[in-house]
This record gives sequence, C-alpha cells and structure tokens, in this order.
Amino acid sequence: MITAGIDCGAKNTKVVIRKDGEVIAKSLVLSGFDQKAAAEEALEMALKEANLSKKDIEHVTATGVGMKQASFANDTITEVGSAAKGTVFLFPSARTVIDVGAEEGRAIRADGTGKVIDFAINEKCAAGSGAFTEAMARALEVPLEKMGELSLKSQNAVPMNAQCAIFAESEVVSLIHAKTPKEDIVRAVHDAIASRITSMVRRVGIEREVALVGGVARNVGFVKSMKEDLELEMLIPEDPEFVGALGAAIAAAENR
Amino acid sequence: MSEVKKYKTEPLKTWQKAKELRQKYYRDYATAHERGGLRWSGGAWCFDAIPAGLGDDVYPITGEPYAASCAFNRSFSTECLEAAEKKGWARDLCSYMRNYWGSMYLNKFAFGGEYPKADFAFQNHICCSHAKWYQHVAEYEKIPYFCFDVAVGPYSEVDENRLSYLVNQLHEAIEWLEKTTGRKYDDEKLIQAVYNECRSTAMWAEICCLNRSVPAPLDEKTMYSLYVFGTLQKASREVADFYEELRDEVKYRVENQIAAVATERCRLMSDTQPPWGFLKVFRYLEKFGALSVGSLYSFGLIGIWEDKPDGSWGPRTTPQEQGVKIETRDQALRILADWNLSKPEWQHFYDPQLKSDMMIRIAKEWKLDGVMLHYNRGCEGLSLGIAENRLALQEAGFPVMVFEGNMGDEREFDLTRTMSRIDAFMETMELKQLER
Repeated sequence: MITAGIDCGAKNTKVVIRKDGEVIAKSLVLSGFDQKAAAEEALEMALKEANLSKKDIEHVTATGVGMKQASFANDTITEVGSAAKGTVFLFPSARTVIDVGAEEGRAIRADGTGKVIDFAINEKCAAGSGAFTEAMARALEVPLEKMGELSLKSQNAVPMNAQCAIFAESEVVSLIHAKTPKEDIVRAVHDAIASRITSMVRRVGIEREVALVGGVARNVGFVKSMKEDLELEMLIPEDPEFVGALGAAIAAAENR
Repeated sequence: MSEVKKYKTEPLKTWQKAKELRQKYYRDYATAHERGGLRWSGGAWCFDAIPAGLGDDVYPITGEPYAASCAFNRSFSTECLEAAEKKGWARDLCSYMRNYWGSMYLNKFAFGGEYPKADFAFQNHICCSHAKWYQHVAEYEKIPYFCFDVAVGPYSEVDENRLSYLVNQLHEAIEWLEKTTGRKYDDEKLIQAVYNECRSTAMWAEICCLNRSVPAPLDEKTMYSLYVFGTLQKASREVADFYEELRDEVKYRVENQIAAVATERCRLMSDTQPPWGFLKVFRYLEKFGALSVGSLYSFGLIGIWEDKPDGSWGPRTTPQEQGVKIETRDQALRILADWNLSKPEWQHFYDPQLKSDMMIRIAKEWKLDGVMLHYNRGCEGLSLGIAENRLALQEAGFPVMVFEGNMGDEREFDLTRTMSRIDAFMETMELKQLER
C-alpha cells in the first residue's frame, strides 16, 4: 500500500510518501504565493524520488494552512491532528506535542494512538511562531540559519517582555541601540518564543514524554530555551518539519 | 455520539413576528417624540419596569443589543469604533460601549437617520463599564442620568439588608424620574410591568428548557434573535406575550421532533456574547452535524431560573403563579429586585466557580458533547474567569475548545483561524464534515 501526506505550510510545502508503513520519499519546496503550484511541485519531487507516478498513490491526505490548495488530495486532516499522529508514530511514548511552525505554535496532548485530547494554538499573534524569529533575524541582520548557534554563545539572559511581535521588534531595536551583544538579543528572542509556547503547553497540561516538532525545532537556540523553560528534556525527530506530512500520510493509510 | 440521522426540520413560524417586533421596538423609540412620548437609554440589564410607570408612551433603547446590531453591520461598526478611537478611547474598553458611543458621536442611527437622542439615561451597575458608559452619554448628550448599584453579592447571600439597599435606590429612582420628566408616576403600571417581566423572563427559561430535547428544536444562532427581546423590553406585555407564543411553537417542535439542524449528532454550548459580525461560525458547525444548543449566556442573561423539585434547572416560579397579588409600590420593587438578583449571569461576577457550576449543570442536563468558549476581549465582565471555567468543564469530562475574538470589534476576530480551530475540535470528537 502506497500513501502520501502533504503538509501545505505557511512557508514550506512538504510531502511524505509511505509504502507499507515505511517512508520511501520526502520533498520540501517553498510555498510561495502560488500554493497550488507548490503542492504539485512537492508531490512531483517526492514521486520522482520514489520512482513512482501519481497513479501509484492509493490515497493522499493533505494538512497545513494551505491544505485546500492540494486539489489532488483525497481528504484532509487538521494540523493539530497530523502533528499528533506523526509524533506518536515516531515516538510512541510521546503524550505532549509541541509543534512550532512558521505561522503557528501549537501545544497538543494526545493519547497512545495519536488521538488528540486537547490542544492550544497561539492566537492572533506571531510571537509564538517561526515568523517571529524570521522577523527578528531581519532586524538583527543575522541569517536565519545562524540564529540558533549565535544564541548558544550568550552568557546573559536579557528579558524581552513584549507580548506582541511588533512591540518585541521595537524592544530588539532598543537593545541594539543599548549596545547589547547580538547573541544576547537572539537568546532573548528565543526565550520570548519559548515562554509563549510554554504557557500554551501548560494550558493543555504537560504529560511525559514531550516531543518538539515543526521547522522551528531545527533551531538549537530555541530548543535550549524551551528545555530551560519547561525544565525537561524533549524528544526531537531527525526531520521535525516533516512530522505533519508524515501524520497526514499515516491518516491517508487509515482513510483509504 | 449517535449515528447520523436526518430529522425533519422547518423554519420557525414566529420568526417573521420576531423580526417585526424588533423593528417596531427601534421605530417606536426613534419616533416617540412625534407622538409626544419620551425616550430613555440604558443597559439591557436595567429595570425597564421602573420607567414603565411613567406611561405607555415611554420607550427605551438598550445599549448592548443596539451595539450588537451595530457590530452585525461590520462597515458601520468600524465607523463607530474609529469615531470612538478618534475621541481618544482605548481599544480594550467594552466594545459595545465603543460602538454605542461611536454611533452617538457620528449622529448616525444603525437603522437609518440621525441618532435619536434620549431624554434621559437610566442605568444600573454591575460590571466595570455600565455606570461610566451612560455617565459619558449623559455628559455628551447633556441629558439627566440616574444609575443604581445592583452589585450586592451572589443571590445565595442576599439578605434583607442587601435587598433593601437595592429597593431603596429604586424608590429614589422613581422620585428622580418624576422630578426629571415632570410626570406623575403610576404604580399600577409599575405593578403590571413587574408581572410582565416575571412572565417574560421565566418564559424564556422555559423555552431554553425545551432545548434539552434531542433533536434540539432551536439552535443558538436562532436563539440570539429571540432572547434579544428580553434585553430590549422584558417588562412589556408585548414581549411576554411573544415569548408565550414562541414557547407554544417550540413545544410543538419538541412534540413533533422538528429539529433546528436536521443532521444533529453533536450538541455543544458556547459562552459569552458571540462575535456578532461572524455568526456564520455557528452555521459552519452544522457542516459537521454539530450545533450549539445554547449557553449560560443565552439562557441566563435574561432568563430567570430556579432549582426544581426533581433536581433540574427550570424557570423560576412567577409571583402570579404563586398567587401573589402585588398591591403596593414597595412590594413591586421588592419582587422586582429579588427577581433580578437571582439572574444567573449576575452570579459569576462574584466568583467564576459559580459560573462553572452552572455551565457543568447545563452541559449535563442539555446532554452536551462539548463546549466552545469565546475568549471575548470585548467584554471583561462576562469573560473574566472563563479560563477557569474551561478547566472546570474539562475536569467534569467535557471537551472544550477556545477561540479568541471580540463581540463587537471585528478587527479582533480571525474567521479563517477560528474555522481551523473548529475543524481541529471536530476532529478530536471524530466528526467529519457531512458535505464537501
């Protein structure tokens, strides 16, 4: 049985193809403005890698903010549902899932089958998502991929109190003018996101094990801030940005 | 959760009458002066039975439902909100108040024409905005203002002293009304208005009780257009009579299994005022066969309830049902005060636990599958403690989803994200859309 999951995220579109329960191909493309084209492209790339054609796929399930743009999908699953399914598949002991993507941060409590018990999502605020790190990287003139490493060099915790990404940016500007070392500011950014995410996690209730997924889990600085804030170790998959697509592919197998 | 089954459904027969009654209410207010009548403005919780003693040609406009009407018209609402902001008011103030003030500043009536200035403002105070709302109206419009305090504690703690504190203010209010309007006060009209109010608010509770039935004869989106009469003029005979007619129709729907939503398979409740410009979220639920059958807000904002001998929650027994004959002004005011102090939506101003208890009771008695809580940034009074209510409901075993928004400021509501939340919530309850 061959199934596929596609996660049409705010920044990247990801595809996972599974054959008899094993992942055989993955692809990632920028979502851009034309999400429909991005979805087609991501699927084509994954099919090419797996040496398959569209007709070989029995069932496709889409997830992500742009899931409706994947017109070839047979059905959909919410971002919350796919993150829980994908995570519990990878880590059967995980009961709390923290999913931080470009647009949203989510805290999910799931059971051993990957079924969602409760969830919380950052509301109309970018301060708990990857978009915030990107905006701050621009303000600091630091390449996004360097943000994590740079913050690990920080020796001082600088408080960033703003509850809103816009005000936080103005705090970053103030810190720059106050000659605060860049690494301390970057750490402050990660601490601020971690603090917002932790508050959501506490809202749904922490149940071990805790897993961190989503593209922002690649940021080592953010991971450190999260660990310190939660005061516990987290399970992090090798490819955290593909967990939603994996969950969708698992749902595809269940729904076919 | 039950199997998908199709119930029969049909529109409410009283719907048209409800529309006409609402239009008449605003028209009567706007044109009162043409008939030599008086206009007054105050809150939906104010005791309209008191000014009723001034005569049959005295018409109210209640601020919250008026502001909700403004909010429903999103472009007009934005104009109003911006007008309020231009005056320097902060965006986190009560959004009803800001809509109302904006309409007043712009001198535009939501139903057409200029804003019909009231002859006096008459208000009571329980939440942080009530008294100040009309103090500003009175100052801006240069009209007389009377406000009385109803914050005497939860009903379970109301004693003779607390009741007298309120009743004494009501006596004072009548003296003030006579002096302000130059009219002689008619106690017979007051007594009739008190009877009407008890009848209409108990009748609304009875209608809500009928929604315990599966399938529910009413959905909450429809109930919003019906409970509103209790917020407009609960002490009028017209409203009490209308509720009686509505009760008969809803009873008929229950007896004949006429559903509000033909595919009902998941029963929810909401909480606090909805985002009025986005009531479509309630229609979106129906795609999953889900509906909100009510809320503490729509049941208890005007409905008056009591514990029934069988342990259930039901309409409070009216003085007339008890055979009480009201003969004096003081007796009428005591009954009116006591009746209002038992209002469910006034209890949780004192402790969120009181609200949690009522919500859990509704969830159990109305056979609910889940709860949708609106973290309503537009109303501090009704939203305070809502996060604690969420925990209590979850502890009682009910799945809860929350969404952020604002009852009267569309700029604080994200429709797409709210729909996504609903999708995720439905998924947790293993419900898929019935149509694609």
